[in-house]
Amino acid sequence: MRNIFAEELYKHAIKNKKIYILVSDISPAGNMIKFQKKYPHRFLNIGVSEQTMIGMCAGLSMEGMRPFAYTISTFALYRPFEMVRNDLCYQNLPVTIVGMGAGTIYSTLGVTHLTQEDISIARSIPNMSIIAPCDLSELKEAINFCCTKSKSPVYLRIGKTGEKDFTKNCNNNWKFGKIRKISSGTDVCFLAFGPIVRKTFDLKDNLRVQNISSEIYSCHTLKPFDYNSLKKIFKKFKLIVVIEDHSKIGGLSSIVKSNAYETRYNGKIISYSLKDEFIHCYGSQDDLLEKHNINNKKIYKEIIKKIK
Amino acid sequence: MNKSLEAKNRCKKYRKKILEMSQSVSALHIGGSFSSVEIVDCIYNRLKKELDKFVLSKGHAGILQYVILNDLGIIKDEDLKNYQQKNGFLGVHPDYGSPGIMASTGSLGHGLAMIAGMALACKNKKKYFYVLLSDGELQEGSVWEAALTISSLGLNNIIAIIDNNNLQTASWTTDTHPTLYPIDKKFKSFGWDVAKCDGHNSNDIYNRIKKRSSKKPFALIAETIKGYPISFMKNEPKWHYRAPNKAEYLKAIKEINNL
Repeated sequence: MRNIFAEELYKHAIKNKKIYILVSDISPAGNMIKFQKKYPHRFLNIGVSEQTMIGMCAGLSMEGMRPFAYTISTFALYRPFEMVRNDLCYQNLPVTIVGMGAGTIYSTLGVTHLTQEDISIARSIPNMSIIAPCDLSELKEAINFCCTKSKSPVYLRIGKTGEKDFTKNCNNNWKFGKIRKISSGTDVCFLAFGPIVRKTFDLKDNLRVQNISSEIYSCHTLKPFDYNSLKKIFKKFKLIVVIEDHSKIGGLSSIVKSNAYETRYNGKIISYSLKDEFIHCYGSQDDLLEKHNINNKKIYKEIIKKIK
Repeated sequence: MNKSLEAKNRCKKYRKKILEMSQSVSALHIGGSFSSVEIVDCIYNRLKKELDKFVLSKGHAGILQYVILNDLGIIKDEDLKNYQQKNGFLGVHPDYGSPGIMASTGSLGHGLAMIAGMALACKNKKKYFYVLLSDGELQEGSVWEAALTISSLGLNNIIAIIDNNNLQTASWTTDTHPTLYPIDKKFKSFGWDVAKCDGHNSNDIYNRIKKRSSKKPFALIAETIKGYPISFMKNEPKWHYRAPNKAEYLKAIKEINNL
């Protein structure tokens, strides 16, 4: 995703001279080097100074520019948190904070490089929007939105590398603030966001063998959340499965369950989120997710049990 | 009338207005506002051109900024009357979007980076960016992050003024962080041009800023007295956050009238 991010932003930056990107000591991947070389005054490596990166983005925006702050998600959101809250959200400025390698993606680097509670934190700040594209096509749409349409701060939560493209040929267009059906089915509904959506496609394939049909939604905009579409999903499905690379506190499962309570949904919701615990293990991302019971075999068994 | 006398009279008027407003609120940051009067007056009334911007990074002196913006006709009388009141929109700390307010401040250590962003957007446009920080504020690491970045980017359109009154909320800044001093050398070693001035002398503030080289960002260390010029407020930590009672108010007004 980081290469596509660089490529897309560069395309926009050629057309729109108001686009700035401030990065915090991160190696410029792919087209980021082109951006840096062609527009050195609009590509700035602020260094290991995340508070300044966010504060400067606020100042740039106050002068009518359209800035992006870009670094690994934990350093983009947590380290300069008060600047995010006061400078961007309180002043309601259209700045995009790009949190790269979010969730458990940096699986070998330890908790200091993981963001298991970022959505929960970002969601609770007034004026903040959150977008977490599931693949490269959605990322392109999200960047287009942030470059041309956003009117307030956005936390753009992205992956790193190797994501498949699930939605390239999807009939439903990406729209900010909308849940997006990316695969149709009838028996089970999967709700997910970000690169972990890949798990729902694997599950769909496995469940098909048992004649269980799955529908998949990309909940790419976590805030504002599309409660209208959720209402329709509650009406259509008796079994909803939420999978997220995020804490069970304040993420997608919290959103869906609290709304289910408010709307008296009488179906079943099973959710797979990160536990409210720090992760003291390493390995692949799937190894980490497994420690938190986010494992397709377990999910598959649970779905079969619930359906029967 | 010469510029210095004009400034003196304006500053007397501003301090009296702040004292007057103090009688209808429970608390205000009078000490730190009084130490900044000549500085903020000089920025608004002598230095700042129409397109230039000023951010009060030491947002707790918001009342001073409101009083001056009111004098300039930017904040209406009725809005100033509603300061800290339920029907008003002017609180202790400046809120972006209020007339004449360029940034929301109040949490220290935010103004310098925001000014840096503004200055970056307007590099080489002959537009200048003023920011006022307190010396206590310099304990925030974010100030030094921004100071380092500003000089590294060569943002010579920034003029930062430090209200060096040597006091913070509860104690002397010289006691909590004696190694903060000398402040001027710190900014100099961070790649800034630096000067010191008498922060209660309008001409000195004006001349130091006008005579800067403009090759680098400029920091002016304005030596001030917290609570100046009121005899019982000067250098008294309790006046960081206290409103004078009626007797204190009358005594303070008398002292200003006799200046």
